[in-house]
Amino acid sequence: MPQSEHLSKQYDQDLDAIRSRVLEMGGLVESQIQTALDAYASGNAALVERVIEEDERVNGFEVGIDDACIHIVARRQPAAVDLRMIMAIGKIVTDLERMGDEAEKIARMTRQLYESNQMSPPKFVDVRHVANVALSMLHRALDAFARSDAAEAARVVKEDAAIDAEFLAILRQLITFMMEEPRIIGRAIGVVWIAKAVERIGDHAKNIAEQVIYIVKGADVRHTDMANVERTALG
Amino acid sequence: MEIARPEVQRFTGSADGAIKAAAGGLSFYYGAVNALRNINVPIHEKRVTALIGPSGCGKSTFLRCFNRMHDLYPGNRYEGEIRLFPDNTNLLAPEVDPIEVRMRIGMVFQKPNPFPKTIYENVAYGLRVRGERARRVIDDKVEQALKSAALWDEVKDRLQSLAFNLSGGQQQRLCIARCLATDPELLLFDEPTSALDPIATGSIEELIHKLKDRVTILIVTHNMQQAARVSDYTAYMYLGELVEFGRTDDIFVKPRDRRTEDYITGRMG
Repeated sequence: MPQSEHLSKQYDQDLDAIRSRVLEMGGLVESQIQTALDAYASGNAALVERVIEEDERVNGFEVGIDDACIHIVARRQPAAVDLRMIMAIGKIVTDLERMGDEAEKIARMTRQLYESNQMSPPKFVDVRHVANVALSMLHRALDAFARSDAAEAARVVKEDAAIDAEFLAILRQLITFMMEEPRIIGRAIGVVWIAKAVERIGDHAKNIAEQVIYIVKGADVRHTDMANVERTALG
Repeated sequence: MEIARPEVQRFTGSADGAIKAAAGGLSFYYGAVNALRNINVPIHEKRVTALIGPSGCGKSTFLRCFNRMHDLYPGNRYEGEIRLFPDNTNLLAPEVDPIEVRMRIGMVFQKPNPFPKTIYENVAYGLRVRGERARRVIDDKVEQALKSAALWDEVKDRLQSLAFNLSGGQQQRLCIARCLATDPELLLFDEPTSALDPIATGSIEELIHKLKDRVTILIVTHNMQQAARVSDYTAYMYLGELVEFGRTDDIFVKPRDRRTEDYITGRMG
């Protein structure tokens, strides 16, 4: 959906700058999550620290972008697609910041798992696979935002169901392990926390995708069924 | 020049009791210049309808059709109709007396234009034109109109002083009171606040909000935020055509037409 330019070049620049910062923040959160997953796979303590440190930057982005949105509203009184974008960005950065928090949770839990057990990585189940799906959802949601692509956003929304199903499968598997081997309960619960964080990352990616559909189509598809999401995004 | 003529839409007062007036297939010509092209739009009763669009789009021309202002100049020509409900009168019909129309439809202009008379006489004028003679009735109506225009408290002690002594915002409210005195059914506002400061603008907007309990309002404004603030419905006009009409809530959040979106977001048309 290519937009023509505003009469005010400054307005265009201000909006572009906010969009760029959202994408920059998104990129940072992506790498933060990736680093957290690498830390989980390798037990590398330096990576854990990096994730925790990066969270400060993510928080800084959230505050800065929110502030820029408020200034745009105060100075420009945006309307229509501009208004939808500014309002949606306010929500998108909240989701990105929460994703950063989830990455931090994964890192901290990883540290705890490795420190308490001093043994090889606790790979009862393949959390990594579902984590990669969540990460790709985030990547594609940001892509859809950058390109104002509602159809791609709808595909991201659809994918969240797979992550939820996978999380439940992981949970069932872990419960089985715990029943068979009570000594691993502590570690298994740690993995549940990590899997849950991954599942939440998927939820936030879905939220971002829903906001992209709102920006492009002007319809709020939150809390509606998948058929409606697709109809709206493709219509 | 051939102009495409889409189906003329007819809005009837009877079908929907909430419609006060409706333009149907309305075109207007200043001599050879075609200023309005096939306008179809309903004006909802006791609601505020804002007309927006870039300069020269025809919004003031359209507004002025409602009280036959164009009749004052030779060479002007109407096509189509403007129906006023509930009586279903075509305001543009040659047999309809423009003076009669203006009794039912008041107009407030960009610059306040009080008569060079006292505050009291400005408001009483329309009543006297109507033949009202009873002093008590006129006193009453003047007070009511000034109260409705949120001006009474400021002028009640100086009703006999000249209207020109009032501030710009007060003069504009006086002009609104002058309209209200004759109980109009429809009020036309042609950029009523463009000569006023933000405070006076705010009081006029507040007044418009209050007035819609009793009268239907049609307002032309260059200020899109004003349209967003005061109106229930918005019509976007461009090059003499009605591009989009809808609820203000929809127009400003999700307009259907790309041209409307470009205009209200401040992009090139």
